[in-house]
Amino acid sequence: MHNKTLIDYTLHLADNALIIGHRNSEWCGHGPVLEQDIAISNIALDLIGQARNFYQYAATVSGNGATEDTLAYLRDAIDFKNILLVELPNGDWAQTILKQFFFSTYQYFLYQQLQNSKDAQLAAIAEKALKEVTYHVRWSSEWVIRLGDGTLESKNRMLRAIDEIWSYTGEMFLAASYELQGIREEYAVDLSEIQKNWVQKITSVCIEATLPLPADTWMQSGGKEGKHTEYLGFILADMQFLQRAYPDADW
Amino acid sequence: MSSQPKQEWPLWEIFIRSKQGLDHKHVGSLHAADAQMAIENARDVYTRRMEGISIWAVESKYIHASNPSDAESLYDPANDKAYRHPTFYTLPDEVKHM
Repeated sequence: MHNKTLIDYTLHLADNALIIGHRNSEWCGHGPVLEQDIAISNIALDLIGQARNFYQYAATVSGNGATEDTLAYLRDAIDFKNILLVELPNGDWAQTILKQFFFSTYQYFLYQQLQNSKDAQLAAIAEKALKEVTYHVRWSSEWVIRLGDGTLESKNRMLRAIDEIWSYTGEMFLAASYELQGIREEYAVDLSEIQKNWVQKITSVCIEATLPLPADTWMQSGGKEGKHTEYLGFILADMQFLQRAYPDADW
Repeated sequence: MSSQPKQEWPLWEIFIRSKQGLDHKHVGSLHAADAQMAIENARDVYTRRMEGISIWAVESKYIHASNPSDAESLYDPANDKAYRHPTFYTLPDEVKHM
């Protein structure tokens, strides 16, 4: 059914932004320095803002009483369609930075194409979000270069971060069933087209950061279809507790 | 903050221009490893609420200040010289920001 696919695709975009936004918000009050604490909290807010736009649209298309809040707070892990990368634990600053860099670069090329979507609402959200994402890419790539080409300690932490995260990057370009359908109906982005740009950007930044990237390796997948790591359950427990314990709580 | 850096980053003074045609105004200071990071930190710390369209960052050690104990000799002598104020002219309405 046409609507179901569009809803799934929109939820996938929303879930990606919400979950990494939530992860970033965990840094609030714990950043390595005050200025970066504020920077990553700003990025968290940007991403949760994007998630809201997508959820509101998904709620409109769904009808039957769905709202942005029911979609964010009352779905279970199996219904979430985010990629596994965004639910990984923050680890240290190096892992958080690298995760953000991989993801923001992905979002950047994705939103750039999504602006041409046949679905006017998706195109409009992408256009609005692209400015924010452009800054996220700039901010995170600066840090990848700083840490990679920094001290022995920072370089080792970046190398460890690459080891931890790399196998979660393949899923970004592995189209789920709703993406394939969406591509046929020309509202979803063809991921094989943006993969080349992503690899190019990641490679050039990592060369500047003097960080070697792994050769082709086995890649994790499943998140887009609702098969998640154990981490997502803990995130949802934290994030959804209030709405589930006190339904329709408001302040 | 969870861990204090062993070596503090230098301090920077931040100046923001709120809109075209106005001066950059001092808004505060922050820590950063270099000029580029100072500008990015300033963007995140001081322009979250549409405060500006341009940022200057100057490392604080390059700011030279007058000594507060010299205030009497430096500023008081201007106190009784009203004729230095150009208040005897009428300004045309078209001249803004004077």
